[in-house]
Amino acid sequence: MPARPSARAAPSGIGAGAVTPTTGAVTSTEGATREMFYAEALNDALRLEMRRDPRVLVIGEDIAEHGGAFQVTAGLLDEFGPERIRQTPISEIGIVGAGVGAALTGLRPVVELMYVDFAGLAMDQLVNQAAQNRFMFGGQARVPMVLRTQGGSGRGNAAQHSKSLEAWFAHVAGLKLVMPSTPADAKGLLTASIRDDNPVIFLEHKLLYRTKGSVPVGEHVVPLGTAEVKRAGTDLTIVTWSREVLFCLEAAEKLSADGIEAEVIDLRTLVPLDTEAVLASVRKTHRALVVHEAIRRAGYGAEIAATIAEEAFDSLDAPPRRLAGLETPIPYAAHLEKTVIPQVEDIVRVAKELVA
Amino acid sequence: MTKIDRETALSLYRVMRTIRRFEQRSTTLFGENKIWGTIHSYAGEEGIAAGVCAHLRDDDWITSTHRGHGHCIAKRADLGKMFAELLGRETGYCRGRGGSMHIADTSKGNLGANGIVGGGIPIATGAALTAKQLGTDQVAVSFFGDGAANQGTFHESLNLAAIWKLPAIYVCENNQYAESFPADKAFAVKDIAIRAAGYGMPGVHVDGLDVRAVYEAAGEAVARARSGAGPTLLVCESYRHEGHYYGDPRKYQSKDEIEGWRARYDPLVDCRGWIVADKLATEADLDAIDREIDDEMERAVAWAETGPLASPIKLPEDVYAG
Repeated sequence: MPARPSARAAPSGIGAGAVTPTTGAVTSTEGATREMFYAEALNDALRLEMRRDPRVLVIGEDIAEHGGAFQVTAGLLDEFGPERIRQTPISEIGIVGAGVGAALTGLRPVVELMYVDFAGLAMDQLVNQAAQNRFMFGGQARVPMVLRTQGGSGRGNAAQHSKSLEAWFAHVAGLKLVMPSTPADAKGLLTASIRDDNPVIFLEHKLLYRTKGSVPVGEHVVPLGTAEVKRAGTDLTIVTWSREVLFCLEAAEKLSADGIEAEVIDLRTLVPLDTEAVLASVRKTHRALVVHEAIRRAGYGAEIAATIAEEAFDSLDAPPRRLAGLETPIPYAAHLEKTVIPQVEDIVRVAKELVA
Repeated sequence: MTKIDRETALSLYRVMRTIRRFEQRSTTLFGENKIWGTIHSYAGEEGIAAGVCAHLRDDDWITSTHRGHGHCIAKRADLGKMFAELLGRETGYCRGRGGSMHIADTSKGNLGANGIVGGGIPIATGAALTAKQLGTDQVAVSFFGDGAANQGTFHESLNLAAIWKLPAIYVCENNQYAESFPADKAFAVKDIAIRAAGYGMPGVHVDGLDVRAVYEAAGEAVARARSGAGPTLLVCESYRHEGHYYGDPRKYQSKDEIEGWRARYDPLVDCRGWIVADKLATEADLDAIDREIDDEMERAVAWAETGPLASPIKLPEDVYAG
């Protein structure tokens, strides 16, 4: 398989530069791409992996005729049948646990939870079982399971259907954690996650499903643990992931109009973390801003800011800053919902403070 | 009751006696401060693991519990590697990373003891799903206690197994106590097996103190699962001879109860009784087996004690598969 960089979705069109650690991405059809929605790109990854490996199956609620709550499994029932598109009753811990047992014994299940907010119902199987089986058993076990789910606010789903819970999973030894922001990354990272021999938490964002982008046709693998510079810049580094990547790129364009060039790094994988990509950028720009939708207190941004402070302190011209969600549940009303997570204008404002 | 031949009878007895001796020997080691953490004795429940696992092949799967030594032994684990794990040695099943509550032996289909009550039930269900998906005739058995029967995982898993007709056997070991909470206070039904009707699977209730009853009922459940006819809930009544854990002061039980039950309900004594009465072997034959087991146990302990201490944790490979 020829190794070449994955297609980029950098709207600025600026090259990624030397810090981009994406060598190792694999696509099979040299150069061919197609415009796809994020949900379609995920569907494409599932379809190709299920064709490639008969051990892959999807387990979850409403995934068959209905095609999944966000249409990610649409059409898969027709091609693969009800054994491999295994629709379940509403039984979150039963479903996830069955996925763990299936993964321990030779299958490669992709388990879908409709909302990350429901993970609380299944947490024991993720945290005490899947994540730790290999370690507890002295290396005897592998749990090649992907837990696909989605989070985030912005659709009026209110407090029990809108959270960003990545910090929960990042804190558990034994899980990998992936949060794609573009259709191409969604496809490439899901493919890599299915092929990984560890339990991978794959967090999509409900407002990204209908975003469009250029996606490589055929096999496309983005290795886990590789961040991507989505926009190159010289004046500050913005580290972000999931839907906030889109906000940060928009903010970067506004900053550019004012003569400030922000470098936007999309982590893509939170565990394992591409620390080198972050540090290399900060050593170049000397300023760091971390932006995420999840609440700020004990958020994953704290991990990034602390890592920068520990590893690149001498390169910094200012303390690292965090811009994140308010410490509140997500409210319902549209005008309130926007007030609790970072918006483009917030990013512009804090970035300007940081470079002032 | 089906007639049990001499070979089967002695094999069941040997497994039960091995489990009992293992528990006695680990208790001694714990008292000598050689075992760290905690252990949960399976003494009194040996007939269940022995009777069920007698029907299982090495490629059939089980999930076990915090009280897991018996299941591990009945699934033909190596005693030396079990002791080595309890002693924190590199030669232990889990290289000293797991201990008593996490012993697994995937080479024999043992998907692990489990420190979470009810944690293994969905995992066994997933293993049964693998068998169904791959079209093999393997089966998966989940052992769990009366305490786990009141966890949500029990409900969700039994329903999934029933609607998917999975080759699973759910073995509820009712040892009368969920830690300190007595079963007669934790259930409004006398017979946990009647819950099976609510899932649309057979529910079988047997006297877990009689290994013959367990052996017979498990044989039917395993055959049913292997033939593709679906899961069974098998509830085995028993009594936990020791406390919940080593050192449990057992304030929730009277001395009379403990001593009375222990004397009346000992599956090992019961097994010896019918083997001799049915003239399958003599007391002397059984004593000879006991001596063999005791010798084997000492060899296993000695081997375990000479093993190197568990190696330091290596990251990421101890935690993540490469």
